[in-house]
Amino acid sequence: MVRSRGSVISVLDLSIEDVASILAQARSFENEDPLIRMKRLLKRRVALLFYESSTRTRTSFELAAKSLGADTALISSQSSSIEKGESLKDTGITLKALGAECIILRHLSSGAPYLLEAATGLPILNGGDGMHEHPSQALLDLRTMLAHLRDGTAEVDETTLQGVTVTICGDILHSRVARSNALLLPRLGAQVIFCGPAALLPEIASQIGPGVTIERDFEKALADSQVVMMLRIQAERLAGLQVDLEEYKSRYQANGPRLAKFAPKALLLHPGPIIRGLELTSEVADGPQSLIAEQVRHGVAVRMALVARALDHSNAENTGTKSSEKPTKKARRA
Amino acid sequence: MSPAIAILIRGGRLIDPAAGVDAERDILLRDGRVVAVEAPGKLKAAAKQENAEEIDATGLVVAPGLVDIHVHLREPGQGYKETIATGTAAAAAGGFTSVCAMPNTVPVNDSPETTRWMQSPERGALIRVFPIAAATRGSMGEKLTEYGSLKAAGAVGVSDDGKPILGEAIMHQALTVAARAGLPVIQHAEDTRLTGGCSMNAGAKAFRMGLRGMPSEAESGLVERDIRLLASLNGVRAHLHVAHLSTTAALEAVRRARRNGLHVTCEVAPHHFLLTEEAVGDYDTNAKMNPPLRARADRDAMLQGILDGVVDCIATDHAPHAAHEKEQEFERAPNGITGLETALGLSLSLFHKAHRLPISRVINLLSSQPAAVLALKGRGTLAVGSFADVTIFDAKKEWVFRAAGSKSKSKNTPFDGWTMLGEVRWTISEGRIAYRKEPTV
Repeated sequence: MVRSRGSVISVLDLSIEDVASILAQARSFENEDPLIRMKRLLKRRVALLFYESSTRTRTSFELAAKSLGADTALISSQSSSIEKGESLKDTGITLKALGAECIILRHLSSGAPYLLEAATGLPILNGGDGMHEHPSQALLDLRTMLAHLRDGTAEVDETTLQGVTVTICGDILHSRVARSNALLLPRLGAQVIFCGPAALLPEIASQIGPGVTIERDFEKALADSQVVMMLRIQAERLAGLQVDLEEYKSRYQANGPRLAKFAPKALLLHPGPIIRGLELTSEVADGPQSLIAEQVRHGVAVRMALVARALDHSNAENTGTKSSEKPTKKARRA
Repeated sequence: MSPAIAILIRGGRLIDPAAGVDAERDILLRDGRVVAVEAPGKLKAAAKQENAEEIDATGLVVAPGLVDIHVHLREPGQGYKETIATGTAAAAAGGFTSVCAMPNTVPVNDSPETTRWMQSPERGALIRVFPIAAATRGSMGEKLTEYGSLKAAGAVGVSDDGKPILGEAIMHQALTVAARAGLPVIQHAEDTRLTGGCSMNAGAKAFRMGLRGMPSEAESGLVERDIRLLASLNGVRAHLHVAHLSTTAALEAVRRARRNGLHVTCEVAPHHFLLTEEAVGDYDTNAKMNPPLRARADRDAMLQGILDGVVDCIATDHAPHAAHEKEQEFERAPNGITGLETALGLSLSLFHKAHRLPISRVINLLSSQPAAVLALKGRGTLAVGSFADVTIFDAKKEWVFRAAGSKSKSKNTPFDGWTMLGEVRWTISEGRIAYRKEPTV
């Protein structure tokens, strides 16, 4: 299958150099005068196609595109022709005909962005597909970690996160965030520990890639970690799976005493939405180790870089067409 | 094209495993039957007397017409995917002269009327279609259909294919009644209690892709259950046929049951002996089928099972779907791939070329044995008196399959662009030429 340059559907679409240049671009946009920045993608068209509800991802992609001057259109599965049975392929073709140069897709079905990419030939930014991946989240998580552990460097390579252990705890099975992080962070030198009960974390999960191990004992995992990423139990994807919540909390909840005892210095991340009192307590969510709000801020910067990168490639292709037209005009004049 | 016309096939290498023949033989067909098989040149006079059309099969293999006991022809009800006419045209192009059509049509073929309708000349079949009727009404798994009258209408087996016959009591009843009617029960072995929402094989690949996976126990567990039921029947000897077997554990269960003297047969589809779950790639819906492509060990076990003989036959599970149905999100796209035009070429490539299996063994798996499994009398052999179902192919010719050129109405195949061994040159169904291809230079 021919892939669109500029698409980011999986974190594996990005080389380490790509990651470094996205982080550098994010920083440069973040530091830029908003009035200059808004000319970067002035009047370019970006579509946000959302088949699943979202607060953070949708808003931050939208703000990111807008702060670069792009026009955005939001299409959600409710209140669009998707409700009338229009297919993803036809929705994509329609958006392209409306002038979209890039589509940001959130979809409940794993792999849906590949279908949209094949149908439109446009760069697709994956805003989360089913249980598959959420690459922009992994990039913003990385940026958050670098801000605290590596002085905010953007110059990452295979060794940047050496010596850093990241525990991802909770509903790994249904988590696209866990998958994208587990496929990205070890490439920069980090160790990833998956933690959770067997029902939400099958043994097979550790085979996702190098640098990923399973530790069922949350407190052991905490003691080894510089970063702890808590995940929500995705009730909407449980499909009949029974989880004893009291038992779950007693073993896997991030609460004050547990963090104080086993990981008093660790950074606490959560992709949101958080369920206070379940995977973490309010005390932790609002506490000094929590970077939950900061993650959201990094999200806007990273997504500016991703949107610019996507449109850059779409622009490069257009320029190619124009330059090939020029000789024809000259020939006509002659 | 009239069946009254006689055909002399001369100069070819006749491979008829059921008759134990692999030699230069001429063969004379008349009135839809094989009337003579003789040494080269011996039928000249007889052919002249009959004013027979001559086919020069020099350098070609002359084999009994291939038999596919598992196809979905989509009629009645889903003619946009396939019709009996287009499906049998694809079958003829693939060298098949008999296909057994599964009952998951719209409506489900659970009646003698639909069974007869499917065989009626108005359907325009180019080769013989044998319906397999639903084992339960509407394939709902609750009440048995009328096995005796279905058989009288032409059904050659009963199955709820696409779904399993899940209830233990109803399966027990189906085996008992089918045994009395002299029909096999063909089970789509999938414990659907373990596969809800699943769209590929369970394992590391499914986890990585964020897809729910079907565990192999969902297949092997039901095969084991059915074998237990078969062993527990009183006073009747039933025949259980396991459709599209795909897992090591289920194959071993069949092997054990057979050793214990039970009448259990099984088929394997080309995609299950050729591909693994890795073929799903970036959510390629042409690699989505049920049972799903499995792990490498399972794929190897299917291959080994064919080489060592525990697998009775190759069947394609030809399952055409329209492009708009396959161009959907992976989890939403329907299961299945087409297979009629690629089965012979893939089987010869893998078993004859790569694994040095004699061509006669491959023909046995694609013709004689499937005919035997469903007791299709006079099929799968070219002995005198049998049906004039003949496939003539160039066993040395390699060619590239192009889905766009397929005679099936649907093009959903993962084998587009694959190199095939063995080019079909003639397919003759009951004495009529159903397919003819000029040699490509």
